[in-house]
Amino acid sequence: MSPEPLLQVAGLVKSFGGFVVLDGLNFHVMPGEILGLVGPNGSGKTTCINVITGLYKPQAGSITYRGREVGGLPSHRLVHLGINRTFQVPKPFLPLTVRQNVEVAVAYGRPDGGAVDIDALLASVGLDGHGGKPAAALNSIQQKMLDLARALATGPRLLCVDELAAGLNPGELDSVAQRLRELARGGMGLLVVEHLMGFIDQVTDRVIVLNAGREIFEGVLAEAVRDRQVVDVFLGTDHDD
Amino acid sequence: MRSALVTVAAVVAAAALLPLVYANQLLLFNFVVFLTLAQGVNIIYGFTGYLPFGYVGFFGAGAYGFSLAVMHLHLAPLPALACAAAAAVLLGLLLTPLLRLSGAYFAIANLAASQAMFQIISNPNLTDITKGPYGISLSGVFSPNLSYGVAVAILAATLGVMVFLRHSRFGLALQAIREDPVTAGMAGIDVVRGRTLAWLLSAVAAGSIGGVFAWYVSVFYPETVFSPEFSIFAIVFALFGGIATITGPILGVVILYGIYNGIGISAPQYFQLIYGVLIMVLVLFLPNGIVSLFKRWGIDVP
Ligand SMILES: Nc1ncnc2c1ncn2[C@@H]1O[C@H](COP(=O)(O)OP(=O)(O)OP(=O)(O)O)[C@@H](O)[C@H]1O
Ligand SMILES: [Mg+2]
Repeated sequence: MSPEPLLQVAGLVKSFGGFVVLDGLNFHVMPGEILGLVGPNGSGKTTCINVITGLYKPQAGSITYRGREVGGLPSHRLVHLGINRTFQVPKPFLPLTVRQNVEVAVAYGRPDGGAVDIDALLASVGLDGHGGKPAAALNSIQQKMLDLARALATGPRLLCVDELAAGLNPGELDSVAQRLRELARGGMGLLVVEHLMGFIDQVTDRVIVLNAGREIFEGVLAEAVRDRQVVDVFLGTDHDD
Repeated sequence: MRSALVTVAAVVAAAALLPLVYANQLLLFNFVVFLTLAQGVNIIYGFTGYLPFGYVGFFGAGAYGFSLAVMHLHLAPLPALACAAAAAVLLGLLLTPLLRLSGAYFAIANLAASQAMFQIISNPNLTDITKGPYGISLSGVFSPNLSYGVAVAILAATLGVMVFLRHSRFGLALQAIREDPVTAGMAGIDVVRGRTLAWLLSAVAAGSIGGVFAWYVSVFYPETVFSPEFSIFAIVFALFGGIATITGPILGVVILYGIYNGIGISAPQYFQLIYGVLIMVLVLFLPNGIVSLFKRWGIDVP
């Protein structure tokens, strides 16, 4: 018996006004798997995460999480079911301390009310010693790490990561990559959006390539770079790597 | 937490004891009313970011909830106060769709809603029920000392709610919602529910104190208890002192309402203008009020 996917997206459609951003998207994520989601700017990667995490309702198609249809549920319900994400541009609760930012996610994001070692969690994202500061005092990289800690505080089984690596130095990239691999080893499924191909190569088991809201490739990254269509899309529009 | 409780105890004790040494009980009563309303504004604005320009709607709903319960149901004042709070909650529930609006749109819609309430209640066709424009007279329950004491109790309860919000998970969740509702949702917070609860809490505060206002004065007109001045003053006092703190709105009321009573009574029209300008200046240049100056100087205030 083949294991059931953690997340199954089928025929997902989302448009803004008349502008179709997700155009019948299909993919799945297995437990313990890191799926890379790559594509040129504006191809719909963030929108895909936004729909999966309840910011927008899908207009058509289904989002099945652990065997249950979750499309259109409000964010906090999805969080309670074990879905979380980081934001491309994080917006932490600025006047609250770093610790309170995580505390509130622990208090409200875990229906079981399970205890979390907040200090250890902050240390695991490189924010040890910052707990007492207001989040406003963090730089943008640290705010991204706080956003990751906020997501992890809710104990997700599915974590969507939106351009977490952008702006990190090589040392930080390495430690974040290791952290994500570690999470996957613990059984978490991850959907990782990233422009840095080196990072994608390092962390993902499999990638799908998105263009104009449709998947045009699914497989390992090494094959993707040999795919005619993928090369056209990236050479035509993208500027990274 | 300790310093917050000390502050609350001091304010409540002062409000309770001052009538023994100071003869103008009406003035003290008005201070208690504004201390409560400013904290009510604090709950909704300080913890969710919605600026309630029609906050007086809850106050008026409370005043009429109380009066109708006394006139038509022949209730004693205390159960009638429960009706005052219930009337405000009912209005609050009716207005929850406004919480979908953002910023200025919410403020304007809320102002319009409070004016609509005034128009409905003062409608001559409803004279049998509300006494329409002719106003309310409740001389049968008139009892200044008792109603003053109950007003102080309502102030104490409202301050208690503020202390709770400042030191509880729920207060933290409300601040998270104010900062960023999308991130708050991803922290597992039910944003709609949190906003609604804060909105209803602030409605209860204004409705209860509105009810006790009707009881204390016993004779009033619809324009008295729906005067936009209540909203504006409560907002200015809260903003001036500093929202999302307990001390801020208290300082705001004591200082600004003190000045108003010292020199403003003779020329109130200037004060409306001055306070209108003050709102803009505060929102733009000192959004966290004068208590933020204390914090800048390293003095911690609850
Ligand atoms: N709320 C919105 N309203 C209108 N258009 C939107 C909205 N959100 C996204 N879009 C549009 O949808 C398209 C896809 O945006 P999206 O943010 O999903 O792209 P992306 O793949 O994440 O791009 P990037 O790599 O630049 O982050 C863009 O053209 C964007 O302008
Ligand atoms: Mg994006």
